[in-house]
Amino acid sequence: MWNYTEKIREAAERLLAENRVDVVIGFRKGTLPLMNEPYLARSVDQVKQLYWDGNCGINLANYLPKRPDRVAIVAKGCDSRNIVVHLQENQIQREQLYILGAPCHGMLDRRKILADLKGREPLRVDETDGSVKVVGRDFEETLDRSSYLQENCGICLHRNPVIYDELLGDLVAEQTDVDRYQDVRQVEGKDAEQRWQYFEDLIAPCLRCYACRNACPLCYCPTCFVDEARPQWVGKSLDRTDTRTFHFLRAFHVAGRCTDCGACERACPVGIKVRQFTKKMEKDIKDLYGYEVGVKLEERPPLDTYKPGDPEPFFK
Amino acid sequence: MSEWEPKIVAFLCNWCSYGGADLAGVSRLQYPANIRIIRVPCSGRVNPKFILAAFRHGADGVWVSGCHPGDCHYIEGNYYARRKLTLFHKLLEYTGIEPGRLHFSWVSSAEATKFAETARQVVEAVKAAGPARHFIKKQAEVA
Repeated sequence: MWNYTEKIREAAERLLAENRVDVVIGFRKGTLPLMNEPYLARSVDQVKQLYWDGNCGINLANYLPKRPDRVAIVAKGCDSRNIVVHLQENQIQREQLYILGAPCHGMLDRRKILADLKGREPLRVDETDGSVKVVGRDFEETLDRSSYLQENCGICLHRNPVIYDELLGDLVAEQTDVDRYQDVRQVEGKDAEQRWQYFEDLIAPCLRCYACRNACPLCYCPTCFVDEARPQWVGKSLDRTDTRTFHFLRAFHVAGRCTDCGACERACPVGIKVRQFTKKMEKDIKDLYGYEVGVKLEERPPLDTYKPGDPEPFFK
Repeated sequence: MSEWEPKIVAFLCNWCSYGGADLAGVSRLQYPANIRIIRVPCSGRVNPKFILAAFRHGADGVWVSGCHPGDCHYIEGNYYARRKLTLFHKLLEYTGIEPGRLHFSWVSSAEATKFAETARQVVEAVKAAGPARHFIKKQAEVA
């Protein structure tokens, strides 16, 4: 995966030189190790900044809604599914897009790595097949790559892009024997009071910075419900009720649209597992309506359609 | 001190359930007076924000009622509502609200007896759940 860099640069240079696209959306190396930043290359002389390794977890589909220009975009499995959602929701047209599909081996969770370094600062990180070498001032550690993946990458079922114009590497084998909903079932097994307390503890550190919303490719509403003032549906204070209302409604807004890309959890400055909310919706939609988000372009999102015989477990 | 009586917010669709409530009234059917009715154009109009707002302002229960599937005045509004509200109920339950606070039903404008009967059931269930403890806003609203 770490050798997509050359492929991305080659493709970006070709597309920009041939004037096929106006901009190439990818990553460049961050100023800190384990942190790559999104980068928009607009001319041939900028393409050498493009870069790829296991720290490209940010969802680039976030940069697409309402773009007027022609865009080439590097897309992992989850990014490509979010591009499908954008196409379904008319946020961008297929003709504008040139998708560089990046079969993904899972992205690294920098928090896990930093936690295991116990305060020692990494200065350089090299990835090889299956391992991550972290080098600091007077230490060097080789870590097993698969145990330092983002949580959502560990249970990912769509590592290969579902839609692309060009592949940057060979397709990877999809994971098969993963249990996506183990944690959801665990919470479901508790009684109501325990569940309430579980979520109360889960969101207790929330600052309401809305980083989860801003990192999410689905949150493109011109006015977010948290910013609405008249009527005001979510209070702006740090009251427990307001914080819970925010998390609850955020999860509900992305129901049937969320691809579990993990951008929200990655962005959270206090490490709240916000995917606990969205995964429940994903599970229920799969159980009730048999829908998987962003896999088929022709399908309508589950809350935008209906079947006369839909299950109605709660209606008298 | 009198016995505690729950406050229940009912979102009724204009074309069916509101008519059902009206018919129950003119037919002099008896049902508990714990229900505050809010008339909405269609059950599809009910946004999850409304339900949470009701809880936040101290409702002990919420009841949403619309036309039977297939009978929607807007042809398909209640089909969308059915998916939306089912998922909403699932998520609310998952995050720990007690069962018995949130109720949905299909009541046509001719079903006055079903309206009164459902109202009784809803009030009974909310009474069993007791006064609301979750989702109530305790601090003052700030704009």
